[in-house]
Amino acid sequence: MDRLATRFAACKAQGRAALITFVTAGDPDVASTPAILDALVAGGADIIELGMPFTDPMADGPAIELANLRSLGSGTKTKDVFALAADFRARHPETPLILMGYANPMLARGSDWFADQCQAAGVDGVICVDIPPEEDAELGPALRAVGVHLVRLATPTTDAARLPAVLNGASGFLYHVAVAGITGKQQAAQANIEMAVDRLKAATDLPIAVGFGVRTPEQAAAIGRVADGVVVGSAIVDIVGSHGDAAAPFVQEFVASLSGALTTSIRETAA
Amino acid sequence: MTDTITHSAALANSLRSQPDDNGHFGAFGGRYVAETLMPLILELEKVYKAAKVDPEFHAEYAELLRSYVGRPNPLYYAQRLTEALRAKAEPGKGAKIYLKREELNHTGAHKINNCIGQALLARRMGKKKVIAETGAGQHGVATATVAALFGMECKIFMGAKDVERQKPNVFRMKLLGAEVIPVHSGSSTLKDSMNDALRYWVSNVHDTFYIIGTAAGPHPYPELVRDFQSIIGKEIRAQIMEAEGRLPDMLIAPVGGGSNAIGMFHPFLDDPEVAMIGVEAAGEGLDKKHAASLAGGASGILHGNRTYLLQDEDGQITEAHSISAGLDYPGIGPEHSWLHEIGRVKYLPIKDDEALESFQTLSRLEGIIPALESAHAVAAAEQVAPTLDADKIIVVNLSGRGDKDIFTVADALGVEM
Repeated sequence: MDRLATRFAACKAQGRAALITFVTAGDPDVASTPAILDALVAGGADIIELGMPFTDPMADGPAIELANLRSLGSGTKTKDVFALAADFRARHPETPLILMGYANPMLARGSDWFADQCQAAGVDGVICVDIPPEEDAELGPALRAVGVHLVRLATPTTDAARLPAVLNGASGFLYHVAVAGITGKQQAAQANIEMAVDRLKAATDLPIAVGFGVRTPEQAAAIGRVADGVVVGSAIVDIVGSHGDAAAPFVQEFVASLSGALTTSIRETAA
Repeated sequence: MTDTITHSAALANSLRSQPDDNGHFGAFGGRYVAETLMPLILELEKVYKAAKVDPEFHAEYAELLRSYVGRPNPLYYAQRLTEALRAKAEPGKGAKIYLKREELNHTGAHKINNCIGQALLARRMGKKKVIAETGAGQHGVATATVAALFGMECKIFMGAKDVERQKPNVFRMKLLGAEVIPVHSGSSTLKDSMNDALRYWVSNVHDTFYIIGTAAGPHPYPELVRDFQSIIGKEIRAQIMEAEGRLPDMLIAPVGGGSNAIGMFHPFLDDPEVAMIGVEAAGEGLDKKHAASLAGGASGILHGNRTYLLQDEDGQITEAHSISAGLDYPGIGPEHSWLHEIGRVKYLPIKDDEALESFQTLSRLEGIIPALESAHAVAAAEQVAPTLDADKIIVVNLSGRGDKDIFTVADALGVEM
């Protein structure tokens, strides 16, 4: 089993959802990122999503958009993102690492180059916001050739007719975008999330992670009772935004509260 | 330079059959959007396919163009401009210049051709709310206008910088009942207003139609915007046949996203004797700040399509610059990228100062104040016409009128108003 499958299996064995946390690489600067990534792991994150900064992050709300601009403003380059990933892999050999971002920075030097860099840096999977299944040829084949997962997104607008197209070529896990919208804004109704997760689980054996609009330990716990993974991004990125290069301890504390809530939710469910 | 504008017989049977089923123009175009938008884009494609073959849709569109927009607008022989250029050319040189008067449309530019078509599609899809991005405000005004005409709720996303420098258009949009939303993200200009329009759209897909202003964005937008703008080229074809009894030798149009240009060019793509020049904004020069995506950019993915973009080696989008707000965009419609690569259309960069000069020349010689966008095309015509024989015919797309630009031009000329 690869790192992602191993980690999802381990969480399942513990009867809890995996905690997936997002930060933007190079936010507020490249030098501060390793400590923030370590804080995510120390706080109990199971899987790390590392955002590749882009000038025009049009699927993101203000929190992550500002993180992108802070990162680029401090001079982050694509080579820095891969160096951060490779260093993370050396420090945390077991923790799955996903790169998340937009097509243009990923494909600027060609998909083969990007896939090779991912493989060399020990990246386990890639989420590309603006490559839908219809444009899979841009990125999918190159990643699959080197054994890097292409994680697909399913949204509230992905209907039953379209779901097979999304699942065709999906691997690692399926990311359910809980709201039709941008990151960090509205929060989805729990009942809708539960319905969506049931629908997705009926269609695939891939683990289902739920993200977009998840900001509190309570929400994470509620989603964790039905999904295989819970993604928290903007709430963590906001902490980095407030505390800058001193953010690591605050990030760790917050992630620990999320992780604790996911663990507690099992006990409550069991009891 | 006209020697280079030849067309090989090796080109595909028809150049007018693009895009393919997946929205690709050669290596360009496509549908690069978030999954949330994909179902809506696919539905729009279905609705548009049905509309295309529906005579009622065409009849209603044609009637609105006639009675509301004021089409057909004239093809005008610019005699004094032609003669002024002949006076400077070698004997026997100096092509005859016609102007396609898109600036005489209601709202003063070609933009309305497309807005009416998209509003009709929005109505077919049952959407009562429309949004649009705008740079200088021309597309915003045109969208607000059709929203008023169709009784639709309208939100216009406009960079905060542009809101500040285009106050008359902001007020116009408000008068027409639209809400103008200043965009403060990024560089606060056109590309950022497109980002925020997409952010709004993805959050309101259930009831909102996005009226994209140029022949760019995810499929089917580049195709449908082109089709709606093709009225320009179709009219030119009929009008020049009537005036001269033959097709023109060359078409010239300004290119930002490129909707007026593709609308002018497309009906002539299969006529090898008609050369075409798209004019990109070279700003302060190609080695400085500019907006010439083809001359100074590379293929990439932004705002839903693969096309030429201004970007750095990491694929970060770089800021565009042009004195003309309508050309101030770091990308270009995907069909232009394809026509550039196959060599069917030549793209020529024109700088701010050259456009400014032609803005004044046309005003003085013909009594027509062109939009700064259109002044770029006039400048290209001034360069090319004297190199062609006097019996050649050039048609320049006068895509918009220049009233909106008088403050910018006065400022550039150091005139206090």
